[in-house]
Amino acid sequence: MTIAFGNPDRPNSYIGKTVPRPNAERLVQGRGRYVDDIVLPRMVHVAFARSPVAHARITGIDLEAAKAVKGVLRLFTGADLAEICTPWVGVLAHLKGLKSPPQHALAVDRAAWVGEPVVAVVATTRAAAEEAASLVMVDYDDLPVVTDTMTALDPETPLIHPDLGDNLAFRRLHEEGDVEAAKAGAHKVVSARFRTARHTGVTLEPRSILVDWNPAEEQMTAYHATQAPHMMQTVFAEHLAIPEGRVRVICDDVGGSYGIKVHVYPDEVATAAIAKVMGRPVKFIADRLESFTTDIHARDHEIEAKIAVDEDGKILAIDVDDWTGIGPYSVYPRTSAIEGNQVVNLCGGPYDFANYRAQTTVVFQNKTPTCQYRAVGHPIAVAITEGLVDLAAAAIGMDPVEIRRRNMYADDAYPVTSPAKMRFEGLSHHASMDKLMELMDYDALRADQVAARKQGKHRGIGIASFIELTNPSPFMYGIGGARISAQDGCTVRMDPDGSVVAMSGVTEQGQGTEAMLSQIVAEGVGVSPSRVRIITGDTQVTPYGGGTWASRGAGIGGEAALQAGRALRDSILEVAAAMLQADQSGLDIRDGQIVDADTGIERMPLEELGRIVYFRGDTLPKGLPRELVQTRHYITSEYPFAFTNGVQASYLEVDTDTGVVTLLKHWCVEDCGRIINPQLVDEQIRGGIVQGLGGALFEEIHYDQDGQLLNGSMADYLVPMAGEMPDMVVGHVETPTAESELGAKGAGEAGTAGAPAAVMNAINDALRPMGAQVTEMPFTPERILRALSKIQD
Amino acid sequence: MTGEFSEKVDIEVTVNGEPVEARVPAGRHLVDFLRLDLGLTGAHASCEHGVCGACTLRVDGEAVRGCLMLAAQADGADVWTIEGLTDQGACTDLQRAFVARNALQCGFCTPGMIVAANDLLNRGGIPTRAQIREHLSGNYCRCTGYEAIVDAVESVARARAQDGKGARAGEGAA
Repeated sequence: MTIAFGNPDRPNSYIGKTVPRPNAERLVQGRGRYVDDIVLPRMVHVAFARSPVAHARITGIDLEAAKAVKGVLRLFTGADLAEICTPWVGVLAHLKGLKSPPQHALAVDRAAWVGEPVVAVVATTRAAAEEAASLVMVDYDDLPVVTDTMTALDPETPLIHPDLGDNLAFRRLHEEGDVEAAKAGAHKVVSARFRTARHTGVTLEPRSILVDWNPAEEQMTAYHATQAPHMMQTVFAEHLAIPEGRVRVICDDVGGSYGIKVHVYPDEVATAAIAKVMGRPVKFIADRLESFTTDIHARDHEIEAKIAVDEDGKILAIDVDDWTGIGPYSVYPRTSAIEGNQVVNLCGGPYDFANYRAQTTVVFQNKTPTCQYRAVGHPIAVAITEGLVDLAAAAIGMDPVEIRRRNMYADDAYPVTSPAKMRFEGLSHHASMDKLMELMDYDALRADQVAARKQGKHRGIGIASFIELTNPSPFMYGIGGARISAQDGCTVRMDPDGSVVAMSGVTEQGQGTEAMLSQIVAEGVGVSPSRVRIITGDTQVTPYGGGTWASRGAGIGGEAALQAGRALRDSILEVAAAMLQADQSGLDIRDGQIVDADTGIERMPLEELGRIVYFRGDTLPKGLPRELVQTRHYITSEYPFAFTNGVQASYLEVDTDTGVVTLLKHWCVEDCGRIINPQLVDEQIRGGIVQGLGGALFEEIHYDQDGQLLNGSMADYLVPMAGEMPDMVVGHVETPTAESELGAKGAGEAGTAGAPAAVMNAINDALRPMGAQVTEMPFTPERILRALSKIQD
Repeated sequence: MTGEFSEKVDIEVTVNGEPVEARVPAGRHLVDFLRLDLGLTGAHASCEHGVCGACTLRVDGEAVRGCLMLAAQADGADVWTIEGLTDQGACTDLQRAFVARNALQCGFCTPGMIVAANDLLNRGGIPTRAQIREHLSGNYCRCTGYEAIVDAVESVARARAQDGKGARAGEGAA
């Protein structure tokens, strides 16, 4: 029996409805349980002495002053921890040529970025640990520092890792068709240089971990603010020589992740190692400066790109040369080559064109390591693509919407394979654009822009179409050898009172996973969502799964939950049929009642069935299966990724005297397939948009040429606050994936993917009459005034 | 430095309506005192330099950053955290509106956001969306993009005005 999603009046129609999140009430009352809220008996605190220099040999460590601080229990150097914790290497076999040196939990002999942990200090209080860490004396013998991406491979640039032979971590060139011939025969070839700034996630809850080692049971328990509990279980087990089954990772409430908390961090592994040595709970909570210097960074790309079009605006070729600097190590185990690889995969994504060349060059440098952060590579690829398309439109005097309509894949063209060799099952670029035009009243907005210009106000409209990679298969990490699960599981059981418990391998980071799962399980079984309790984030309890990354929770975890819920429904109905001496196919479960499927007449509440199964099983026929618990796992198999699509628009005003950009309004139409909870999807889009707007207007990590991070506080690294953000209109087109019964694709990264490009195009639309243009993010007042030649020094 | 900060200070403070006597290290921040000594973990420490607002508390009727005030400075003060405000029903309507509008995701900013929003609403009247945004611009939320929060606060302001409550809600904690 399949679910009639098209019929909103079907029984148990919870999928597609806005229902409240079961965990929200707790959080508004301050009853969340984040890692730093947990206190365990005999718990101690660890703080880290970190490298104050970007590249240096460690020639001596003096711990005497630190040891003298009251409350200090023990100190660990890199050499100490290397005896019990093996180093790791952040490479994946399918990213051909990717190289990275072994990385230790604490620096051994050499520090390679400002903030790298060097000595761990354990004390009875965090204050004592921090004070002692500041008294650790390390002799640093300076080594040459490499900071600039574009010169990292020059022959005169020193090598960060001489054993690797050069500063190149990874390079990939993809070519399709004949770009040179297409450019030679084109009506116009437009080129531009783009830059996306180095960002970091600025999770409000800093990275947090509390690890306990129970020597009596030889069991490690890590309370960890993480997106991937099972992955971390494997990592702790492997590098600390513990059987995997003896590591339990528990992930309660997490105060924001956005990709920051899906990586392996040396200080967190060190905390686990220390817990194992000391046989007692050890807590590490990063402070804000540590967050800025050691949370992964992202998006630090410089790009030269060209687009060739004919006189009708048809795209003939796109040519991209992308460079990025990733710090001294490729981050384990997802690697730091994925972002550049994504740029190659995603440029030109919405468009039907033939000739494509893209190369990414990923180099080492002495800065904080970069890795996957919300919308990995998408904001860069969309800025390149949509920036080029707008420049081409301007060059041939065509409306930016029109040039897109002439090039986007037709909505009935699918399945298609893009020039980047991405396979699209079903997208809706034209329907989404039509909806956007309607929502924003494009023509009226253009009229308003003209009217504003007459009053000396410089307003601009920016459009950005995009594709988004979601529901990843093992092609993302697994085939490269990483023990990162692309499949996910869900166990659903009915208890005697007729309530349902569902345990899922996907995790809750605030995006609404538990609400989404409760709706799906409720519909799958036939009970109200309020009768479903969701358990996530415990490797000892939930089925094995990947957790939260690449917008997979609803599409992968949701489908597993649906199948498990449907299977439990069948189990319940088999018992009900025996009890009622009815034909199983004639029965249904609706709102917690066994009913006649045809008439809806109630036959028995689930509580009664539960009572009989659990307490009077003697009255049931011998041999009747009575397991009211079912587990299903799901993995995508037909497509490596389920692509989604969408289009965003920004309307803004540029003050040409001050360079300040005021965001007036923002729109996004996106197609994430089946929508499970409209409100949660809309708020994912809005939150994602604002994260993208931060990158467009404010966010930029600054380093000097010595590799010193210059803006490591929230007063200096600006994030979007309520005052500067616009209201956002969100619309949807639904093209469910046919791979699953649920049909859901991901929605968590679309906002971030498209917002920066929309803002860039809007600013340039505003500046175009003045002959000015910006392509280097963030678009600060200074950069805008420089573009207007109002600052020239 | 060690000597300076090892100094202990005796304080008497009212926390969530209950008297508390404690001897605290002179360098202990108010939010740490509440979290570590009293087990009130609703206020969160995040930036620890007064920018993010996650530790926002109500002290003597004012919204205060718990990371910019020392526990020693709270001697004699009337301190309210999200736990106490919740128990008093001082912001029940706001909390309900936040849940209904999904004006929270990870929830880490939410207690501070609610204390700050309640501070605005207790002044009475119906603030404009721009005024709400301005008032909350010291409270960082990375998840929501703020619009849902503004919606929730606006809806409560309207409801309170309609009910003639004005500044009434939160009185118990004021």
